[in-house]
Amino acid sequence: MRITAKQIPIIATLAVCLLLYGTAAIAFHDRGFFSVGVFVNFFIDNAMLGIASIGMTFVILSGGIDLSVGSVIGLTSIFIASAMDRYKLPPIVAIFVALLGGTVFGGGMGAVIRYFGLPPFLVTLAGMFFARGAGFLLHLESVPIDHPFYNALSEFHLALGGGIELTASALIFLATFIIAIYLAQYTRFGRNVYALGGNEQSAVLMGLPTGSVKMRVYALSGFCSALAGVVYTLGLSGNPSAAVGLELDAIAAVVIGGTLLTGGVGYVAGTLLGVLILGIIQTAITFQGSLSSWWTKIAIGVLLLIFILLQRFVQTRKLRTTAS
Amino acid sequence: MKAASDNALQRESKARRHSEAWHHLKWPLIALAVVLLFNFFFTPLFFHLEMKDGRIYGSLIDILNRAAPVMLLSLGMTIVIATGGVDLSVGAVMAIAGSIAALLITKSSYSFLSIVILTVCACAVAGTWNGVLVAYAQVQPIVATLILMVAGRGIAQLLTNGQIITFENPSFAFFGGGTFLALPFPITIVAVTFAILSTLVNRTAAGLFIEAVGDNEKASNYSGINTRLVKLAAYTLGGICAGLAGLIVASDIKAADANNAGLYLELDSILAVVVGGTALTGGRFFLLSSLAGALLIQTITTTILTRAIPVEFTLIVKAVVIIIVCLLQSEEFRKKALQLVRRKS
Repeated sequence: MRITAKQIPIIATLAVCLLLYGTAAIAFHDRGFFSVGVFVNFFIDNAMLGIASIGMTFVILSGGIDLSVGSVIGLTSIFIASAMDRYKLPPIVAIFVALLGGTVFGGGMGAVIRYFGLPPFLVTLAGMFFARGAGFLLHLESVPIDHPFYNALSEFHLALGGGIELTASALIFLATFIIAIYLAQYTRFGRNVYALGGNEQSAVLMGLPTGSVKMRVYALSGFCSALAGVVYTLGLSGNPSAAVGLELDAIAAVVIGGTLLTGGVGYVAGTLLGVLILGIIQTAITFQGSLSSWWTKIAIGVLLLIFILLQRFVQTRKLRTTAS
Repeated sequence: MKAASDNALQRESKARRHSEAWHHLKWPLIALAVVLLFNFFFTPLFFHLEMKDGRIYGSLIDILNRAAPVMLLSLGMTIVIATGGVDLSVGAVMAIAGSIAALLITKSSYSFLSIVILTVCACAVAGTWNGVLVAYAQVQPIVATLILMVAGRGIAQLLTNGQIITFENPSFAFFGGGTFLALPFPITIVAVTFAILSTLVNRTAAGLFIEAVGDNEKASNYSGINTRLVKLAAYTLGGICAGLAGLIVASDIKAADANNAGLYLELDSILAVVVGGTALTGGRFFLLSSLAGALLIQTITTTILTRAIPVEFTLIVKAVVIIIVCLLQSEEFRKKALQLVRRKS
């Protein structure tokens, strides 16, 4: 199999992921870093970020950006909690309304971007303020959730044998991931997203429905954010100030995962690796013990820099090969 | 003869520029007037000013004072946006400024002035870093500045060891809380920065270069402008403005809070610039309108606070303002709205 320029970023991501994991595993082998339990925990601890990043991947692949992710998570979580607490809504109904609401909210932002040609950056910035404000209007503080169904859901464990268990949030994450890969690689929608991000003008000239694809991409991201909000409520509370700044981590995960920010190039699987890399850094710093949490931010910043410069290198090479 | 016609041409283009600047200043000013008028009728004592210990007090002065950091940021942001970029890192740079100042105050015996100069220089370096990434590595501005936005707060926390450093320093306290000409000192800082910047862009070719780079980078490069240097300078300037804003905040709360200093202010300052009529795509820019935009945001916030409306409304109001202003500026929206009106009539 020949390696094309498009695949260099994701190969680099895989290499960094393995390198980080290997280094941490060797450095902390006496504390049991290299164990299935710790590995499974990456999926459990990062389920919320992972789901949100998957939605963000589609948006960035289409050439856009979504800054509203964190706020929508906060709004969804507080909506579910207060709907069950104040209006005694059954959990299933509350979750369904929240998912629908997130999708409509994202689709609405997509519609403004589509019909008025406004920059996604500004529209989703407004969406971010709006969702955060709406969340605070519902309730100012964290609201606990106490419902037999929810308790059962958050207690749920899928035993994999050997004492290894997956929680409901990890299962939702993995399911979303698999569906997203199918959506991106094997459906018409996925191909349209790649075409739109690759070159919007060509996509229009080819007769692709770029407008509706744009709207659906933001609706999908809204849905993923709402789903991440549902995962947050599995911690048995809803909080309007949940996931502040999560959109930045999600963008970082997507970029580190090898998706080009100009759109059109990247893989959902890369984003999973990106989320894993962020998780490994976080866990390694916890395992190390004496390093403080702000080193996480600096490490993420350095990784971002490396990957962005790598992307530049790939792009200039691509330009040169097409020119010659 | 030729000189005379050149002169006339120059005068004409100057007049056109002035009328255009006024056109863009109009909207934020009208919005500001509406909010102020609302307060005039419905908020008692909103326009009340009184003199106490040689300083004027009142809601209006308070608005000016509180808007100072965002006003400073929006000045730098206007220049950056005019070159076709954006700077997401200004909030994090403010936090770095606070941490550096706190360290210098508590750990060294430097004078007030050298502390300010050192801090601003450090922030200029941070801005230059952004500029190098954007201009020389040609990374998209959103992404390039995202790096410092994420890592910057980490660096600020690293400097203060993760703690909130408090300090007592009378001369440094003057920077954010002092009185000058009967007004809070931050207002003077904003006024001086604005005066320097507007002289720079109006009296020298710098303004033209910035606009040209934002309008059409390739063309300006071909016409001999060092586009990379212009961009680099713009981000450095943004860093300096963020440094000053960070100093004001740190001096005001007499502490360096690496987690919260300048949080979300990058978004507020971008909003101020956009409300002021400078398009995110770059080109024409309006420093004074950006200041008016920053004032509008702060006036809305203060109005909401004084009228005992839940503070959370501020976020929703901001969101609505962004969308309305952007829609009004969008060519497509105006076309569609006109079509709708015509169809009805």
